[in-house]
Order: sequence, then C-alpha cells, then structure tokens
Amino acid sequence: MAKPSSKAFSVLTNGLMKENPVLKMVLGMCPSLAVTTMAKNGIGMGIAATFVLTGSNIVISLIRKIVPDKVRIPVYITVIAGFTTIVQMLLNAYLPDIYKELGIYIPLIVVNCIILARAEMFASKNNVGLSILDALGMGGGFTIALLIIGSVREILGSGTWMGLTLTKDIFDPAVIMILPPGGFLAFGFIVAAINKFSVLKIRNREIASGCGMDCAGCTGEDGGDGQ
Amino acid sequence: MRDIILIALGAILVDNFVLSRFLGICPFLGVSKKSSTAVGMGGAVIFVMTLSSAVTWTVYKYLLEPNELGYLQTIVFILVIAALVQFVEIVLKRFIPALFKALGIYLPLITTNCAVLGSALLNIERNYSLLHAVVFGLSAGVGFTIALILFSGIREKMEFCDIPAAFKGLPITLIAAALVSVAFFGFKGLFGI
Repeated sequence: MAKPSSKAFSVLTNGLMKENPVLKMVLGMCPSLAVTTMAKNGIGMGIAATFVLTGSNIVISLIRKIVPDKVRIPVYITVIAGFTTIVQMLLNAYLPDIYKELGIYIPLIVVNCIILARAEMFASKNNVGLSILDALGMGGGFTIALLIIGSVREILGSGTWMGLTLTKDIFDPAVIMILPPGGFLAFGFIVAAINKFSVLKIRNREIASGCGMDCAGCTGEDGGDGQ
Repeated sequence: MRDIILIALGAILVDNFVLSRFLGICPFLGVSKKSSTAVGMGGAVIFVMTLSSAVTWTVYKYLLEPNELGYLQTIVFILVIAALVQFVEIVLKRFIPALFKALGIYLPLITTNCAVLGSALLNIERNYSLLHAVVFGLSAGVGFTIALILFSGIREKMEFCDIPAAFKGLPITLIAAALVSVAFFGFKGLFGI
C-alpha cells in the first residue's frame, strides 16, 4: 500500500489482460460462447455484466464487515440477482432489440462465475474504491474477450463486422462459425493463439475461484477423489 | 403424448443444452476428464433439474404470477434453486446415504450451474404446463449427461495424444467439443425443426 496510485492502476489493468476472466481464467464461458455470434451482442453482454459486476462489488464491499462468514455466499447471490434484475428491466425498457437478442442469457448473468468469483476473491476483502476499479477492469476484460470472439465469429461466419459487410468479394462466409460448433472452435483457436504468443501460460495462472467452478484449472480431482 | 415426446427428444438431442445452447459449459469442461465423475455429475444434474423445474414452475404460477411479481423471477428462482440444492443434500444424507455418497460432492456445484436456472427460465418463457416443464427439465438433464459422458470418453483417449504445446489443455478440449457439437448438429434434421 506504499504507492496507492500504482496499486489502483494495477488493480484496474489486472483484469484487462493479465488475469482476463475469459481468456486467462476461463470463467463465464456460457455467455462467452452463446451470445458471440455477432460482435455487437458481445459488447451488449459485456456491458450488462460489467454493470452487474460494478454494482455487486460496491454493495458487497460495503457490507463485507457486517455479513457473517457462513451465510456470505447466499447474501452475495441475492445482491447479484438484484442487480441482474435491474439490468434486465433497464434493457427491456431502453434497448429492447439487445434484450431480445440476448434472451435468457441476461437473467443468467446471475450464475456467471466471474461475478461471484470477484465478490468472493476481491470485493469481500477490499475497500469500495478498489472494488469499483476491480469491477471495471474485470468487466472491461470480459467485454474485450467477448468482442474478440464475437468479431472472429461474425467476420468468418457472416462476412460482416458490426453490421458492415467486409468480405463480400473475398470469400464465402462459413456459416458454421455462427452456429454453436463455431463458438467452441473460435474460442479454442483464440486461446491457443494466446498460449502461443503469451509468456503467461494458462497453467501458470493462480488457480483460485470463488464459485468452485474454475473450469480450466479444475482437474476433475476435486470430484474424482471422493469415489 | 406426441408433444411430450417432441419436448423430450428436442431437449436431449436437437437442442442439447450443452452443445447447442451453451448452458452448463463450466461443469461440462470441468468434470469431463474421467467417465466416473461425468456419470456422478450427470446424475446429480438430472435429479436437481427435474425437481427444480417442478418447484420453480409452481412458485411462478401460483406465487409470482397472481401477485404480478413476474419481474422478480430471477431472484426468486436462484434462491429457490440454492435452497433446493441444500435441501436435497440434507434429505439424501439422512435417508439415501448411498446416493448421497455418489452425488454428494457434485451437489454444491449445481447451484451455479446455469443449465438449471436456464431450464427454469425456459419453462416459463415457453409457457409450458407443469407436466411439460418436468419432462423438459428431466430431458435437458439427460441431454446434459449424455453430452458429458460422451465427451469424457473422448477426453480419456485424448490424454495419450501428442498435441502441439499451444493447444494443450483448454484449446484442444474446446476443439474436440466443437466436433461433438457438429455431430449433434446432425440431429437438427430429425423433426425438420
């Protein structure tokens, strides 16, 4: 805490690349694959999740000393569900197109691992200011990841980007990229490319997750050893 | 009868929760390393999903809808599911210890499984009756389990393959999932849906 400003800066930038929730921590996979058929939808989802994350981080950071340890998870989930409902109503009222596109994936923000993981790992241990920065960083990282996946799928799958036609004369779009298999495929290749070019391998990252659903880090051992 | 079969086959094969709706990806990638864990997780999901479909449907139709509280469904459903999972855990522990031993470790993970909340929300969105909702929950769970077990078999084989370093771990898993998803895509033609 010697240099508060640099700490704040590192908290903010942490989520953008170094600990990118989707590309590095592999949290929140369901929306990352489901809504990224278009870059625009990816951004919509990213902003909605960032809003919920910021709200829940603020509230959880404020109540972190009041909530008894044993009931903290149900309390966190209730707070997150509250903010998700707010987002749902706001989108329904002001951006009905996006609301229709994203469908049930908006209420499903509640069970997005990223939000519970940040509540458990960060907001419950840090003050409000840092928690807001953390939420913005992580939410930003989530949005960037969705934008990357969405762009790859939209360009390859429909030959457009943000509604602009790009590849009209160059190649015929491969429809499979906007179908469900293309989601897995695009994500797999993006993670492989990041592995290739990044010094920080996925395996070296800190294995920790608030929701116990640390997908990539989960070796299956937490399940298998009980048998 | 026909509509029930259509709902069941649709949820198991055509619109498989994992492979075409992307619900429940975390457990799908997380616990599919070994077939035995896949079976355990699948069993737990089928059990909870069937129960939660019935309970959330009842809560919505008899508690939320008459009072015009439909907008609270997200909060209410997630709390109902969380409470239900706890309750199932206690009941199983007390009365069916064998089943608890088999499913116990997977149960707490299910609260944050988006497939469970997803099926509850879809039941309401599609305006299903109670019977349809239960059939849908059960079949979605079965579909999830089939995908999980199939995929765990593939991953067990993949352990011994020589994979380029950059693709080791998550990327090759995702690409394998893409291939399984392509296979399931073939079922789209089943009813001309």
